[in-house]
Amino acid sequence: MKIEALFLLFLGVFFGVVGIVYWFWSYEDGGGMMLLGTSLLGFLPGSYYWFWHRRMGHRLEDRDDASIAEGAGVINSFPGSSIWPFVLGMGAFLTVLALVFGMWLIFLGVPLILTALTGVTVESRRGGHV
Amino acid sequence: MTSPPHGTPGSTTAIPPPGRPHRRLAAFGLVTAGLLLTGCQLPTFGAYKGSTTQSRTEYHLWQGFFVAGIVVGIFVLMLILWAIFRYRRRSEEIPKQSQYHTPTEIIYTVVPIIIVVVLFVFTVLAENKVTAVEANPAASIHVYAFQWGWEFEYPNGVKVIGQTTNEPTMVVPTGETVRIRLDSYDVLHGFYVPEFNFSRYATPGYSTYFDLNVLHNGDYRGQCTQLCGLYHSLMFFDVKSVSPGDYSNWLRTELAQQRAHPSSVTRLPSDLNPRTSSSGSATAGGGLYGD
Amino acid sequence: MRRQEVAFTVTDVIAPARIETEEERPQLELPPQIPGHGSGEGHAGGHERHGPTGILKWLTSTDHKVIGLSYMITSLVMFYLAGIMALLIRLQLSSPHSSLLTFGQYNQLFTMHGSLMLYLFAGPFAFGGLANFIVPLQIGAPDMAFPRLNALSYWLYLTGSITMLIGFFVAGGAASFGWVAYAPLSSATSSPGAGGDLWIMAIALTGFSAIFTGVNLVGTIFYLRAPGMTMFRMPIFTWNMLVTAILILIAFPVLTSAMVMLFCDRHFGTHIFTAVGCHLVNGAATASCGSPLLWQNLFWFFGHPEVYILALPFFGIVTEVFPVFSRKPVFGYKGMVFATMAIAALSTGVWAHHMFTTGAVLLPFFSFLSLLIAVPTGIKFFNWIGTLWHGQLQFTAAMLFSIGFLFAFLMGGVTGIMLASPPIDFAVHDTYFVVAHFHQVLFGTAVFAGFAGVYYWYPKMFGRMLRESLGKWHFWLMFVGFWVTFMPQYVVGLLGMPRRVASYPSNLGWQSYNVVSTVGSFLIALSFLLLLVNFVVSWRNPIPAGDNPWDAHTLEWFTTSPPPHHNYTHLPPIRSERPTWDYNHPDALTVPHGKAAHPKKERVPVA
Repeated sequence: MKIEALFLLFLGVFFGVVGIVYWFWSYEDGGGMMLLGTSLLGFLPGSYYWFWHRRMGHRLEDRDDASIAEGAGVINSFPGSSIWPFVLGMGAFLTVLALVFGMWLIFLGVPLILTALTGVTVESRRGGHV
Repeated sequence: MTSPPHGTPGSTTAIPPPGRPHRRLAAFGLVTAGLLLTGCQLPTFGAYKGSTTQSRTEYHLWQGFFVAGIVVGIFVLMLILWAIFRYRRRSEEIPKQSQYHTPTEIIYTVVPIIIVVVLFVFTVLAENKVTAVEANPAASIHVYAFQWGWEFEYPNGVKVIGQTTNEPTMVVPTGETVRIRLDSYDVLHGFYVPEFNFSRYATPGYSTYFDLNVLHNGDYRGQCTQLCGLYHSLMFFDVKSVSPGDYSNWLRTELAQQRAHPSSVTRLPSDLNPRTSSSGSATAGGGLYGD
Repeated sequence: MRRQEVAFTVTDVIAPARIETEEERPQLELPPQIPGHGSGEGHAGGHERHGPTGILKWLTSTDHKVIGLSYMITSLVMFYLAGIMALLIRLQLSSPHSSLLTFGQYNQLFTMHGSLMLYLFAGPFAFGGLANFIVPLQIGAPDMAFPRLNALSYWLYLTGSITMLIGFFVAGGAASFGWVAYAPLSSATSSPGAGGDLWIMAIALTGFSAIFTGVNLVGTIFYLRAPGMTMFRMPIFTWNMLVTAILILIAFPVLTSAMVMLFCDRHFGTHIFTAVGCHLVNGAATASCGSPLLWQNLFWFFGHPEVYILALPFFGIVTEVFPVFSRKPVFGYKGMVFATMAIAALSTGVWAHHMFTTGAVLLPFFSFLSLLIAVPTGIKFFNWIGTLWHGQLQFTAAMLFSIGFLFAFLMGGVTGIMLASPPIDFAVHDTYFVVAHFHQVLFGTAVFAGFAGVYYWYPKMFGRMLRESLGKWHFWLMFVGFWVTFMPQYVVGLLGMPRRVASYPSNLGWQSYNVVSTVGSFLIALSFLLLLVNFVVSWRNPIPAGDNPWDAHTLEWFTTSPPPHHNYTHLPPIRSERPTWDYNHPDALTVPHGKAAHPKKERVPVA
């Protein structure tokens, strides 16, 4: 995780410096805030990854001498065949159309969203299709 | 392990035979020398030399950037063309698998940085001149942009207003500093005079200031460049530059006329109608390419 | 194709190419045993004992390959639609006072042309389509890290696209305030109507779609690489997608927030961006006065990284194509990686170079950083040339398109440097000079390099080849059409022709340039028709591709074409950024990144 962490920390530092220079040179609020936000976007996950790198050391994909055979076994759970992303997408679609064409569409959109969120949670617990 | 076959990994690029790099360098040197020799009479490269002092500054900067662009562009173009012609597949043989060459990489990192710094220095010098606003301008005009026309307000109260194809004319004195204060009544507009090599946004709620020092008498067309709605394409105006004497005369007579006939404020100034007046059009200056 | 056969034989001898029985199934990706469900996946032959079929299969698929293809096809449809809009624009401009379109229709057309191309084609094609399909394959992963989120991204993108297009059918028409929607033109007073609101909602939907894809890409690249696939052994395309994903996470939330604020201004009576009868202090918004400048700052903080989000994936594509058709590794791999990071970092700091003419931004800060981007871009250019150098170049369609990209981007990049200088920008801002510049860079990347990617990866996706001869015609027509279209635009921009105009004065000599440009655009359109012909012909009379028709280098070429469910049944050892090349060419190994040498005996360690 080291390189990943360093990359993000580099972004944090870079935008920190650029942000400080920009702020004290221009006193422009919008850009200043956005650069600060970007710096945090680097520091937050970057420090998280750095912490985990220190704690767990090299994973198989960090070791340059790892063999494929060492990676045998369960990699992860990859949910397959789920209707809920589609339902959630349709719910979001109808909800934004509600904001444009009339709030009555909300009564179609929001239930779809809620159903999908419930469905996806239950599916994760139960396992669903693989 | 047998002796390393061709395509040994990690090898640095072979030192090219002596003829090639020297030929390339020579060609490059000739081009640069040629350009330097013609430095005093560089072509316009398609831009206006411009009719204000600010535009001349920008024009020279443009020429410098264009030359730099040509030099760098042709250099890289030559490299690409050389590669695609010289290294076409001749056989099934696997070429040398070079992966890096640190000295070359350092050179093409450092040299562009130097070029960029040089361009930046010239940029800052030029932009300081172009955006400079004098403390005491000879003339001060308040320009309002609106959907879809322009209003020019002079310090003595004269107003010139025009919409779309009924273009208003902004009369300014030649050879003197004209301060423009630019505002918008509604949405963003762009105050753009091509022959001044200059444009500035008219932002509602935000006044912006710039100076123009027109070099020659003449008529210069202007147009809105920032999308502002339905008739954005038709938001024309003119800038007419006359001698300072003519300018003050015009201010006086125009004011008198507007006071006498307040309802005629939207018409174009009659004695200096750019369509009928011949002043400035045949004299030196005002044309597309300046002198 | 001799080498391909050799590799095939080796594979046959060392390890079986196809898994038929449970016992032979590799342990590499054993799906979790779910009570009540069979473990139906992991077979190379794809025996689907469970799972939906037909349209329901498409609606419920979470397979990154299916989603990637859906993205690519949808985005190509958007591309053709936007292309038709471009042709209408060019027809209108071929005469000074054309009556082909009304001013209102014209404004809608260029707004939607830009919006479709930038929001609905270039980005989604790259990070939703190609990256989705290719990145997991390139790092040896079975799928993306969050498959259902991936699917959601696609549905949000599709519905977002539909939302934007609905604008054409509402009263008042589609959005007509430019793809940048500058305030206060985009306010409710200046642009009332559902078209603008639909546009905003479309961007909200596609914005979230992009953000979720960004999260997915980062998660996949950080967590799902195969053993031995260290960060510095990833293909450059994957590196570029990682950097793109992070740029997405930086930029799109800003866009989405700006859209929310704009919607509030339009409908909830706020004055965040509109200054009505008030004056700003130092250009900053106050409690009593909104700031149009704030809109520009917010938009361009997204907008500039956006164009690099659009460009970097395509840079990655050509960085895959050049080595393969030069038969050499990428030149300066680490330099490429650091240059990409530098481009991304710098691009986030240059947003206000789109606002030089406001008179309200810090000119030296932004011009310096903008000029500086030339440095890492130049490094990439020289590394591409270095890859070609001393190679054995083969000019397949993919290679031709990649070289065409080099020419287009070279000139586009140089004009970009000119625009980075404020005084020059003052003279050409909002003229056709800028239009020509950004079309050169965007067309060079999204279209030239994008089609390079299509021709390159089509065999892997479909198991059949696109016709090379048609591909070459496609390229040359497009290449000629491209220069004929955009070079006159530079000239007419320098003469003073503004952008976004539906008509222009007839006495300024601009018409001839516009006519030439229009002719060029139809040449380009013709070339796109050839692409469609190529798709049809290649599908009807397929030429089988095999696993690795190009003798390509990266991991995705090791598996079958198309890849099986969960991508890999076995993997080669990964000791460099070219695992497939190393496997096929043990006599021309790549120097490994990292200390481990290539294993001597180990070829296909099937777990």
